[in-house]
Amino acid sequence: MNLILFTFIVLLGFTSYYFGRKKAYTIQSTKKRLTALPQFYGYYLAIWCAIPAFIIFSLWAIFEPSIVKLLILSDYSNQGYLDDELNLIYEKTKALSRGQFTGEITPFIEASAEKYLSLRSIAQSSKVVIVLSAIIASVAYAYKRISSNSRTREPVEKFLNAVLFTASLAAILTTVGIVFSLIFQTIDFFKVIPLFDFVFGTHWYPAKAFVRDSSEALDPTMYSDTFGAVPIFAGTFFIAFIAMCVAIPIGLMSGIYLAEYASIKVRQYAKPLIEILAGIPTVVYGFFAALTVGPFLKELGTSMGLEVSAESALAAGGVMGIMIIPFISSLSDDVITSVPQSLRDGSYAMGATKSETIKRVIFPAALPGIVGSILLGVSRAIGETMIVVMASGLAANLTLNPLESTSTITAQIVVILIGDQAFGDPKTQAAFALGMSLFLVTLCLNIVALRVVKRYREKYE
Amino acid sequence: MRKNGVKMIKIKAKDVDVFYGKKQALFNISLDIEENQVTALIGPSGCGKSTFLRCLNRMNDVIDICSVKGEILINDFNINDKGCDVVRLREKIGMVFQKPNPFPKTLYENVSYGPTIHGIAQSKQEMDEIVETSLKKAALWEEVKDRLHEPGTGLSGGQQQRLCIARAISVRPEVILMDEPCSALDPIATAQIEELIDELKKEHTIIIVTHSMAQAARVSQNTGFFHLGQLIEHGSTDKIFKNPDNKKTQDYITGRFG
Repeated sequence: MNLILFTFIVLLGFTSYYFGRKKAYTIQSTKKRLTALPQFYGYYLAIWCAIPAFIIFSLWAIFEPSIVKLLILSDYSNQGYLDDELNLIYEKTKALSRGQFTGEITPFIEASAEKYLSLRSIAQSSKVVIVLSAIIASVAYAYKRISSNSRTREPVEKFLNAVLFTASLAAILTTVGIVFSLIFQTIDFFKVIPLFDFVFGTHWYPAKAFVRDSSEALDPTMYSDTFGAVPIFAGTFFIAFIAMCVAIPIGLMSGIYLAEYASIKVRQYAKPLIEILAGIPTVVYGFFAALTVGPFLKELGTSMGLEVSAESALAAGGVMGIMIIPFISSLSDDVITSVPQSLRDGSYAMGATKSETIKRVIFPAALPGIVGSILLGVSRAIGETMIVVMASGLAANLTLNPLESTSTITAQIVVILIGDQAFGDPKTQAAFALGMSLFLVTLCLNIVALRVVKRYREKYE
Repeated sequence: MRKNGVKMIKIKAKDVDVFYGKKQALFNISLDIEENQVTALIGPSGCGKSTFLRCLNRMNDVIDICSVKGEILINDFNINDKGCDVVRLREKIGMVFQKPNPFPKTLYENVSYGPTIHGIAQSKQEMDEIVETSLKKAALWEEVKDRLHEPGTGLSGGQQQRLCIARAISVRPEVILMDEPCSALDPIATAQIEELIDELKKEHTIIIVTHSMAQAARVSQNTGFFHLGQLIEHGSTDKIFKNPDNKKTQDYITGRFG
């Protein structure tokens, strides 16, 4: 029903656009000069159609449920029900009206359900009537008003401005909402687990929290030595370090090759090919690391007499590095290409060779941008989940041996939140605390990276 | 410069053709450049004068699709030969560009760039001397001697261009190519550069591409007029400006086209 109404309103919008434009053409044909292009008259009418529809729809969505509820429950007032019981009755009524109620049906509830249905249908049809009449009235009013010298361009531009503003507001509010949900859960977590134990504890064993019998009261002392995050922080940075050891040299060198050495033809094919790497889903990288690279490294290590875990930090970090190559290569290619040709010419004209020019002029000039691209790569490495979950194991060992398995913040969050979990449990909240710290780390990295990139931009524009 | 009344020829271009891909940009250019003189190349935009200038230090190599045919003899050595070492060639033939293009480095590093690459200075002291004399010759020393270790991009446009000249002469080139060196500068900075060019010709052969005929008349001894990729006429500046042989040259100089 709503869908049909919505489609109808959209059609009305198009129609009013058409009429607005037509009126403008009619005015134009009388040799009068318009204040704006005819389309603006059309858009103007369409906006007069959209705004009342939007307002009525929103008001309805906000008030209809509570009004219906009030009307239904008014039958039960003065019967001494508690609020909770009233809510239950209302839920039963709704369920029954949908035919999904399985419990005992009392005549009271049956009557309420019928009333509910009739109220809903009244609401629905009055909505249709009100929306359509409001639209028609407002469009007609606007249509009458527009003349050769009415201002249509400004309202249209303002409306667009408002729409775009709303879109960016939605993105910002979502971010804020996510951050707040992280913050509150994190605060709850630190009410049970001291911040000190989390930041400096060296033993991470959240499974221990499972063992608790839910009927037992929460006893903070039993969690000591359970949520020490040092091993997983260490693991995170260690794997990210291995990844960057792979990604920085290869990415940077391929970026320099693409920007300075590759002929137009090679660049045309090589750049998209490298960027395909960025399009491979991380799950695919994950099983590549877990099923191909991991076992290969284990075999290789065993043949050299080394003890290599099948889920080694080296495998996960290495594959993660490969994943990050295109980011660094593509971004540094862009910054190097944007170094002005005049600097290259100046250097060549002094008799410098290509490699000297790159080393002494282009690289220093592009360095801030390159550092920015590396920092963005690092924040990806730290936030990467799938590869680590699949390839690096879940046991949080505190180790700096790349051949052993270790675990990261992201992998631990996955471990904690897979399967059933109870809200308000420190184990679940630990995931939020980890998420919060991860967010803070990547936020700092991104801020630094953007700063660096910005400073670079200021130089040449 | 004339020795015993004989013109000393520094650069001899013979039948130079230049192509950008399939499009021919220069046709059969033959031009002699006198030593220790200023030669101005004039002509309307797109006539090929900059292209010709860039042939002289093989800067056209940088452009993939560009190919150069013909002989260019510098000190009787054909620089278009396979055996020509471009690095050495560009050490001998410096270049100053239209837009000042100091490297994003300090003033000192800008000037010491060439000597470092070519291994000219043996010690820090020697390098300091090279930097100082180059800046002095470029008439910039007094203005910047207290801030040699500040970035060269912080100078004014005219100062930047003189810095680029200092950078070019730091390796003691025999020839300096200037591609519209004053087109991005104000009249005062232009006057300073022109004065400098006059000074520099004592030690260097200078070839300058310019859009300003007044500038060509002021600074040069010889002038070549390019039009549509062809060298229409060349000779002493006096003659070209006062009594040109070719009608096109006359039209251009009197401002009837271009």
